[in-house]
Amino acid sequence: MQKQAIFKSKLLPYALVAPQLAIVLIFFYWPALQAVIQSFLLQDAFGLSVSFVWFDNYVELFSEPAYFETVVRTFIFSFAIAASSLSVALLLAVMADKPLRGGAVYRTLLIWPYAVAPPVVGVLWVFMLHPSLGVLSRYLRAAGIEWNPLLDGDQAATLVILAAAWKQISYNFLFFLAGLAAIPKSVLEAAAIDGARPMRRFWTVTFPLLSPTIFFLLVVNIVYAFFDTFGIIDTMTRGGPGKSTETLVYKVYNDGLIGGNLGSSAAQSVILMIMVIVLTGIQFRFVERKVTY
Amino acid sequence: MVEQEGFRRYVAHIILWIGIAIVAFPVYVAFIASTQDNALIANGQMSLLPGGHFFEVYYQTIFVGTSGSTREPVGNMMLNSLIMAIMVAVGKIAISIISAYAIVYFRFPFRMPIFWIIFITLMLPVEVRIYPTYKIVADLHMLDSYAGLALPLIASATATLLFRQFFMTVPDELLEASRIDGAGPLRFFWDTLLPLSRTNMAALFVILFILGWNQYLWPLLITTRDDMQTIQIGIRKMMTTNDALTEWPIVMATAVLAMLPPVFVVVAMQKLFVRGLVETEK
Amino acid sequence: MANVTLRNVHKTYTGGFEAIKGVNVDVGDGQFCVLVGPSGCGKSTLLRMVAGLETVTGGEIDIGGKVVNQVEPADRDIAMVFQNYALYPHMSVYNNMAYGLRNRGMKEAEIKTRVEEAARVLELSAMLERKPRQLSGGQRQRVAMGRAIVRQPKVFLFDEPLSNLDAKLRISMRVEIRKLQRRLNVTSIYVTHDQLEAMTLADILVVMNGGQVEQIGNPLAIYQKPATTFVASFIGAPPMNLMSTRADEIKSQLGGRAGEAGILGIRPEDLVITNETPSGGVALSLTVDAIERVGAETFVYGSRAPDAQRVAATPGELPPGEVIVRIPGTEAPAIGAKIRVAAISNKLHLFSGDGRTRIEA
Repeated sequence: MQKQAIFKSKLLPYALVAPQLAIVLIFFYWPALQAVIQSFLLQDAFGLSVSFVWFDNYVELFSEPAYFETVVRTFIFSFAIAASSLSVALLLAVMADKPLRGGAVYRTLLIWPYAVAPPVVGVLWVFMLHPSLGVLSRYLRAAGIEWNPLLDGDQAATLVILAAAWKQISYNFLFFLAGLAAIPKSVLEAAAIDGARPMRRFWTVTFPLLSPTIFFLLVVNIVYAFFDTFGIIDTMTRGGPGKSTETLVYKVYNDGLIGGNLGSSAAQSVILMIMVIVLTGIQFRFVERKVTY
Repeated sequence: MVEQEGFRRYVAHIILWIGIAIVAFPVYVAFIASTQDNALIANGQMSLLPGGHFFEVYYQTIFVGTSGSTREPVGNMMLNSLIMAIMVAVGKIAISIISAYAIVYFRFPFRMPIFWIIFITLMLPVEVRIYPTYKIVADLHMLDSYAGLALPLIASATATLLFRQFFMTVPDELLEASRIDGAGPLRFFWDTLLPLSRTNMAALFVILFILGWNQYLWPLLITTRDDMQTIQIGIRKMMTTNDALTEWPIVMATAVLAMLPPVFVVVAMQKLFVRGLVETEK
Repeated sequence: MANVTLRNVHKTYTGGFEAIKGVNVDVGDGQFCVLVGPSGCGKSTLLRMVAGLETVTGGEIDIGGKVVNQVEPADRDIAMVFQNYALYPHMSVYNNMAYGLRNRGMKEAEIKTRVEEAARVLELSAMLERKPRQLSGGQRQRVAMGRAIVRQPKVFLFDEPLSNLDAKLRISMRVEIRKLQRRLNVTSIYVTHDQLEAMTLADILVVMNGGQVEQIGNPLAIYQKPATTFVASFIGAPPMNLMSTRADEIKSQLGGRAGEAGILGIRPEDLVITNETPSGGVALSLTVDAIERVGAETFVYGSRAPDAQRVAATPGELPPGEVIVRIPGTEAPAIGAKIRVAAISNKLHLFSGDGRTRIEA
C-alpha cells in the first residue's frame, strides 16, 4: 500500500489531499448524509413544517405496490440489457479475436458507440422506432406488428432495453477482446491437438477461461443499467407510458425533483445507496482482487 | 493460434460486418435525417439516402437553434459542454494525482482514513443523492455556472486509485536518487513523477473527457438558463412532448454534433482510450 | 576527500527487527571499501544508512570528521550508484547527469564542462541526447556512474551496481570502476554479494552476516586467514571444505589439535592427489562422485567413506562428507575411482566447534 522510500513533511501531505477531501466532503458526504436524514423526515404539503417520522417513509414505500413493481422492473431491465449486450459482444469479440485481415479496422468500427451519450442514444432509437415517422416502424407495421411504444408499455420497455444494450456492446466487446487476448494460445492449440473442434474448443476451453471477465462485465452491466440508463429513459419515454419504463433511479428523480415528495425520494435514495454498496462490494470482493492493501 | 479454414473465416467476416451494421445503423439514420426536410420526416416519408439540406440544417443548428423549443444555438451548447468536459477531466486528474502522491509518498496521521473516505465515494454516485446535492450547489449560489457544473464532479476515487497504483510501480530508487540529487518533495513530483505519469494522464484524460462531455443528470439538475445548458440537455429540450412540433432534422443534427467530439476522441486516440478504459476499471 | 567512520552503528526497524547489530568500520581517505555478504546480511541497509536513505537508530556515522546522522542525503556530499541505476527515464543522458548540479544552483556553463568531462571519461559523449531506454545495460550503468562523478562528491556509494549486467560486461565494468576510483581517488563504499567482485575491488573488505561484521581487512589476508567458518566458506570459490575434526580419519592425523578445534577447513586448491601423507598435514580417502572440467582446471567432487565422517560438528551446516578438490585441467580421475588427497600443515584452517573462532597453530 505504501512506499518504503518516503518524504518527511508534516503539512504538505494534508495540503495535497485537501482539495479532493473538500470536494468529497461537501458534494458527496454532506448530501448523502442529508439524504439519510431527509429519509426520516416528513414535510407537509406546503413545505412549512417538518417532522421526524422514523421509518414511516420506508414503511410507506414498501407498502406501495408501485415501488415493488419498479424494483422488479429495474432488475428485469438490468438482466435483459446485460444478457443481450453481453451475448452480442461476446460473439463479435470471438469473431474479431481470430487472425483476420482488417482486424484493427473491425475493432475501431465496433468500439466508438462507447462515446455516445445516453440521451443521444435515446434520441437515436426513439427516432428510428417512432410509431409514426420511424424508418424501422414501417417494416414492423408491414410485418403486421401493432407497433406503438408511445402507448404500449411492453414495447416501450423493449425499446429502452434495446437502446441501452446497443450502447453497451462496444464496452463489453472491448473487455471480451482483452479477456480473449489473455487466454494463452498454447492452451487452445493443445485442445486442438486433443481433438476438440472449434465449437467444442470454445465451450470447453475459451468460455470457462473467460468466466472471470463475464462475471466482471455482468456486474458492470447491471450497474450501468441501474444508473446510466437515466439519460436514455429521460429522452425516450420519461418513464412512460404509465410507469412502464420507470427504473429506481428515474423514480427517485421523478418523485423528488418533479413530484416534490422529498421524504420518499430520500428513502429511495438510501435504498439505492445500499444497493450500490452491495454491487460495489461484489465487484471488489469476487471480481477483481486487484485492490490489495 | 489455430489456423482457420477459409469458410470459417468468411463467416467471421460476415458476422463482424453485421455487427458493425447494427452498431452504425441508428447513427446513419440520424445523419440522413439531419440532411432532409422536416415535413418529409414528419410524414413518415423519410428516405434512407442523404437529402439536400445538409448545409442549411447544420448552419441553423449551430448558429441559430430551433425555431420553437430552445432557440439556443447548438454551437453555444457545444462550447458549454466542451468547457465542462475539460474542467471535469483536468480537475479530476489534478486533484487525484496530488492526493495519490500524498497517500503513497508520505506517512501522516489519518492517511488511511483519508484514503478510505475518497475510496468510498465510488459508492455514492450522483444518482443516489440527487436532491441534497442540488440543494448544496443552490445554497452555494453555483446554479447555472461552470463551477457548479464541474466542481461537484471532480472528486475521483477511480483516478486516485489509478495514480496510486501507478506510483507504486515507480521504483523507490528514483525517489532516493532525487533525494541525493537534492530534490525535495515538490521538485520530485514536478521533475520526475509528473513527466513519468504523462501516458497515464493522457489515457485518463481521454476517458474523463468523454465522461464529462456525456454528463446528463447533473447538468439537467443545475442548469435552468438556456445559455448555460450543455448539448445533452439541449437535445432533450428539443424533443418536445408534442411530436408534431419537434424539428427532427435539427434534433438529429444536434445528435450528430453531440457524438462527434467524443467519437473522434475514441477513434483518433484509440490506444490511449483502450488503455484508459481498462486501467480505470481495475 | 574524506574518511568514513561507522561507530557502533545499529538499525532496528519499527517492527523490532534488528537489521544492523553494532557495526564498526573505518574507511580511510581515498580507500575502496567493499561490503560483502549473502542477501539479507544488512550490507545494503548499512550503505543506505551512510547515504542517509535509512535512519540510524544507534551509533554514529561520520563523514569527513562530521557526524551526519541527522543530515539530509543531499547535504552529505555523497553520490550513489543504484543497482537498477535509477536513471530518470524521461530525461536525456545529459540531463540525468546535470539534474543534481542544477538542483544545487550550479551555473549552466560549469555544469556543461563537468558533464562533458564525465561523458568523455565514460565514453558517453556521443549519447548525451539519448534517453535511458535507448541505451544498452552497460551504457546505462555508465550514465549512473557519470551522475555520481559530475557531483565530485566526498564519497561514492555503490549498491550492487553490476548485478544487472551479463557476466562478461560485469568483469570489464569491474575493472573500469576500479581504474576510475583510483584516478579520482574518492573514498568509496561498494556493496556486493559476489565474493569475486569483492576480492578484486577492495582495499578493505568487510564481510557481513546477520547484521554483524564477521571480518574486516585486506582481501588477501581474509582469504588466507578467515576468522570464522562463515568467512571461510563465503570467500573463495568453490568454497572451503569444512569437516568435523571428530571423525577418526582426521582426528588421528591432527592429534591433540583435533580436540581443541572442532572444525577443519581446507581450500579445494590446497588439496593434491597423492599417496603420501605430509607430516603435520591431513590426508583424506575419497570416492570420486563427479568431475567438472572447465579447461584450465578440473574440479573433483569426492565423498569420504561414511564411517570416516562419523558425525558432523554442527549438523546441517557442514556438507556431509563431500570434498571438492581443484586440480590442473590436464588431469582427471575416473568417476567411481578411489583417490587419496592431502594438504600440508600450513594450509589447514582450524576453527572452534561453533565456527566462530579461528585457532592458530
